[in-house]
Amino acid sequence: MASETTAAHGAEGADHAAEGSSLVFHPMDQFIVKPLFGDGAIAWYTPTNVTLWLFLAIVAIIGLLVLSTSKRAIVPTRMQSIAELAYGFIYKMLEDICGKEGVKFFPYVMTLFMFIVTANFLGLIPTSFTTTSHFAVTIPLALAVFLTVTILGFVKNGAGFLGLFWVSSAPLALRPILAIIELISYFVRPVSHSIRLAGNVMAGHAVIKVFAGFAAIAAISPVSVLAITAMYGLEVLVAFIQAYVFTILTCVYLKDALHPSH
Amino acid sequence: MATEPVYEEVAGTCVDSHGSAIGMPQLCFDWFPNQIFWLVITLVVIFLVLSRVALPRIAAILAERQGTITNDLAAAEDLKAKAVEAEEAYNKALADARSEAQRIAAEARAEIQSGLDDAIAKADAEIAAKAAESEKAIADIRAGALESIQVVAKDTAAELVTALGGEADAKAIDGAVDAQTKG
Repeated sequence: MASETTAAHGAEGADHAAEGSSLVFHPMDQFIVKPLFGDGAIAWYTPTNVTLWLFLAIVAIIGLLVLSTSKRAIVPTRMQSIAELAYGFIYKMLEDICGKEGVKFFPYVMTLFMFIVTANFLGLIPTSFTTTSHFAVTIPLALAVFLTVTILGFVKNGAGFLGLFWVSSAPLALRPILAIIELISYFVRPVSHSIRLAGNVMAGHAVIKVFAGFAAIAAISPVSVLAITAMYGLEVLVAFIQAYVFTILTCVYLKDALHPSH
Repeated sequence: MATEPVYEEVAGTCVDSHGSAIGMPQLCFDWFPNQIFWLVITLVVIFLVLSRVALPRIAAILAERQGTITNDLAAAEDLKAKAVEAEEAYNKALADARSEAQRIAAEARAEIQSGLDDAIAKADAEIAAKAAESEKAIADIRAGALESIQVVAKDTAAELVTALGGEADAKAIDGAVDAQTKG
């Protein structure tokens, strides 16, 4: 994959080749945002590799959830089964955690889950660009959840939402201290929520790239290939688990907004 | 970088002159507006597709399947009840048929018995009649035999008398034989 970078930057290829005799690690190059057309600067509207892979995520989601269910078969095909499983999985999670009231947020939660899980898996395709490895993607996702929960909490419960920070089951003397801790942890939520996802995805991809760098040495290349394979298997797990964790935390936060009592 | 002005445009604070990343590309704030812009568009599109098309459709499919399963279960329950009913009817018919058969057998037996009784009575009467007839015939024969004996005895007596050289007197012989045979 280092060679892919080389090819993409033709002029710099010579430099890379020169370094190629020794070990070359560019584990972070896979995360570089590039314009799709030309080499210009990146403005907010420029179609980039981010655009391409986000678009492919949309295509994959439409293929999985819309096209596969177009026959509306009573006895489902394989793809329709997957769509139904995904639906049932998130619906049940939301209903179990938030209760009946939470069900009206189902399209929102399902959008988050489907986007993250699809983007994670698309990112596992070699030479692809992993959109969810960027904080620029996960921070807006986490902030959206944070703002939704905060606004919804105050709209639904008024000042009662502040009861979330007042642990009434604790001894009175401890409550102010706990309130400060709860308040801090509340504001740390979007940070951990977003960094957990991007960090996991980015770390796995970077580690694979580091192992790939070792493959240049003939003696350890079999070990390197084995390590890449093992890491890839782990990343497949991480791709799903991180999407699951992000979604279940979203549900838990939504529950706080709907039922703020401790 | 300053010595390679060609790349200076491309190479910003995030990418060096070789096109490699400087530090973490994730922390390159130059790219944030671009990424956020396209992300928002993507999320809106996915949300619209899911909430307008995909989720209602999957919900309808699941509901329809649930309905079908419920209906099928109800139909199965119905059929089961019908089967139980049919079995009961069958058992009842079987019992009826059995009692009917017993009744018919008893009737037939009674009929045969009465016919038999009639035949026996008739046969008995016939036998009695025949016996009486026979008895009468025997009595006749017996009477006939007595007469014959007297005739034979008279003839024999007459022949004996003649053989002894006497004159057979029919009246005397008859009287003697009658007296002897009465005895």
